[in-house]
Amino acid sequence: MPIVQCQEITKTYRQGKVDVTALHGITLDVAEGGFVALAGPSGSGKTTLLNLIGGLDRPDTGRIMIDHKDYAELSDSQMADLRLHRIGFVFQAYNLIPVLSAVENVEYVMLLQGVPKAERRRRARRILDDVGLADKYRRRPAELSGGQQQRVAVARAIVAAPSIVLADEPTANLDSRTGEELLRLMQEMNSRRKVTFIFSTHDEMVMAHAHRVITIRDGRIADDRTKGP
Amino acid sequence: MNLQLAWRNIWRNPRRTVVILMAVVIGVWSMIFLAALMRGIVDGMVKNGIATLTGHVQIHQREYPADPVVDHRIEDPRSLIKRLEENLPAGSRWSARVRVNAVAGNARHSAGVTLVGIDPDREARVSFIGTSVTRGAYLEPGDPTGILIGRALADKFQTRLGRKIIITSQDAKGDVVSRAFHVAGIFQAEMESTEKNFVFVDLAVAQTMLKMGPAVSEVAVMLPHYRMARETAVKLRRIIGPGKLLVRTWQQALPLLTAMLKLYDSFIFIWFVVVFVAMGFGIVNTTLMAVFERMREFGVLKALGMRPGRIVLTVETETLFILISGLLIGNILGFLSCWALSFNGIDLSALAQGVEYAGMARIIYPVLQFQDVIDANLVVLGLGLVVSLYPALKAARFSPVEALMHT
Repeated sequence: MPIVQCQEITKTYRQGKVDVTALHGITLDVAEGGFVALAGPSGSGKTTLLNLIGGLDRPDTGRIMIDHKDYAELSDSQMADLRLHRIGFVFQAYNLIPVLSAVENVEYVMLLQGVPKAERRRRARRILDDVGLADKYRRRPAELSGGQQQRVAVARAIVAAPSIVLADEPTANLDSRTGEELLRLMQEMNSRRKVTFIFSTHDEMVMAHAHRVITIRDGRIADDRTKGP
Repeated sequence: MNLQLAWRNIWRNPRRTVVILMAVVIGVWSMIFLAALMRGIVDGMVKNGIATLTGHVQIHQREYPADPVVDHRIEDPRSLIKRLEENLPAGSRWSARVRVNAVAGNARHSAGVTLVGIDPDREARVSFIGTSVTRGAYLEPGDPTGILIGRALADKFQTRLGRKIIITSQDAKGDVVSRAFHVAGIFQAEMESTEKNFVFVDLAVAQTMLKMGPAVSEVAVMLPHYRMARETAVKLRRIIGPGKLLVRTWQQALPLLTAMLKLYDSFIFIWFVVVFVAMGFGIVNTTLMAVFERMREFGVLKALGMRPGRIVLTVETETLFILISGLLIGNILGFLSCWALSFNGIDLSALAQGVEYAGMARIIYPVLQFQDVIDANLVVLGLGLVVSLYPALKAARFSPVEALMHT
C-alpha cells in the first residue's frame, strides 16, 4: 500500500482578480521508503503539491491519503496532529526558531508531542550527533552556518520518527558542497530509518540523488521516472 | 521549555518590550499610588469631620439636628449612658455635651459661636480638643471660669490668655443669659472655621448657666473604627427604642462628606478605567506587532503540528510575562511611594482656603487599602490577558501556507 496517495488533485488560487489553477487533476502514489523528487520550473505547482501532501492546505477537488488517513475526513486539529506525528518538514529557508538553541529546536517537536524532558534531550542530542552537529547543541541559529542550520532542520524533521519528510527546495540556499553533504545525510536517513522523502526541487543534484523523479509542468505530471535505489 | 520560549520571545525586541513594560509599570504605580492618595484625602476628611465633635455615632433629642437649641435636650442622660456602656463595642468611648448657639464678645468684637460644654476628661478621648490646645492649658474639670477658644477667634478678637470673654445665650427658660469667662487655653484645629466657631467650657458650668439641670444636648460616641458606625447605630436604635431620641451615624450627620466619599470612590474607578484603556491599547498594539513580525514562525509552528489553541497559549504566555513583570515593579514602586510619603505627607497649606472649603486636611498621608491593590492588579492582569486575545487569535488563524510565504 503506498504511503502517499493523491487522486485527481486540483487546486486553484485567487491572485488579485484572477483565478490561477496551480494543479490540474494530479494523480500519483508514493511507496513507503521512497526518495522522490518533484521537479519542475518555478510556478509549475510542485510546492503547491507538496503543501497539499503535507496537509498545510486542502485541495479543491480530489483526495489525498497519507498513511491510510483520508485528509477529507480530518478536521484542522486532526490535521495538525497528523503533521505532528507523521510528517516532517524541511524548508528552503530553514525556519528554525531563532531564540532556541540547536538542541532546543530539535526538542521542540517532541515537546509538542508530550515526550518527557529527559528522553527529549537524549533523542535530540543523538540525532544532532547523527547529522554531524555534536559540538553545536547550544548554538542558536544565528551562530550556525546555512548548512548547519539546514542540518538542524533535517534533525528536527526526523527526530519524531515521522513516516514522511517533505522537503521544499532544501538545497536552494546552500552551496553545492554543503548541498551534496545534506543530500547524502538525507539519503542515509532514508535507507537507515526507512523514512520516505519527497522533495520539491529544481536542483539537478537533488534530482540525481532521487530514486524517482516526477516532473511537473503547468500543474500536470509531465514525466515520471523511477531510477531505483 | 514553553515558559523559556515565551520569556526569550519577549526579549527579541528589547526596546519594544521595555516600552510596554514601562507603560504597565507606570499604569499600575499610578493606580496604586493615586488610589492611596485619594483614600488618604478621604481618610483625612472623615477624621476631620468626625473629630470636629461629630463622633462616629451621635445621640440627640429627635428635633435637635434640625434646630440645635437648648429646648431640644436629652433630659435623662444617665439612663442613656448606662445603656450605652452596656452595649457599645469594646474600645468605644463616649462624651456627653451641651451644645448651643451663642454669642461671644469682648470689648472690641463679637461673633456668633457654638458654646460646647464638655466633660474635659471624657472629651479628650473623643474629639480633637484634648490634643489641640497650643497655648495655655486644657480645661480642668469643674473650672468655673475657664474657656477654650480657637486661635483664629483669638486673633479676630485680638485677645490672649487670661483675658475676659463674655458668652451670651438663651437658657432653658427662654431668658437671655450671659457669663464671663477667662481664656484658659487657645486651640488650633485643622480648619480655621473650627477655630472661629467653637468655644469650650466645663459641662457643669454650661448646664448651670443655661439652667439645664442634668440634661445634655448630645452624646457622641467614638468606636474603634469608623466603619463600625452603621452596625452600632442599628444596635443602639434597637436598644433605645422609638421615642424622643435620635441615633445618627457620622454618614447621616455629615451628608456632604458622605457624598464626597462616594465621589472619590468613583474617581478611583474612573482613573483605573482610564489607565487601563491607555495601557490596553499599548498591549494590543505591541502584541500585534510582535505577532505580525513572527507570522512566518507561526506558519512553521503550525506546519510542525502545533494546534491553534497552543499558539494562543504561547502568545498569552508572553503577554502574561510582561504583565507580571510590570505588576511586580509597579507594585513595588507604588508601595515605596506610599511609604516615603507616610512620614511627612503632602503639605497642601499653600491651598489652605480651598482645602478647608473641601473639608480636607492640610497634610495628606496616603492610605494604602489592600482592596485597591488587589483591584489594580486584577484589572491589569485580567484585562491585559483579555485584550491580548485578539492578536493571539490572529496568530492562531494564520493559514500555514500564507504564513510561510510571509517574509
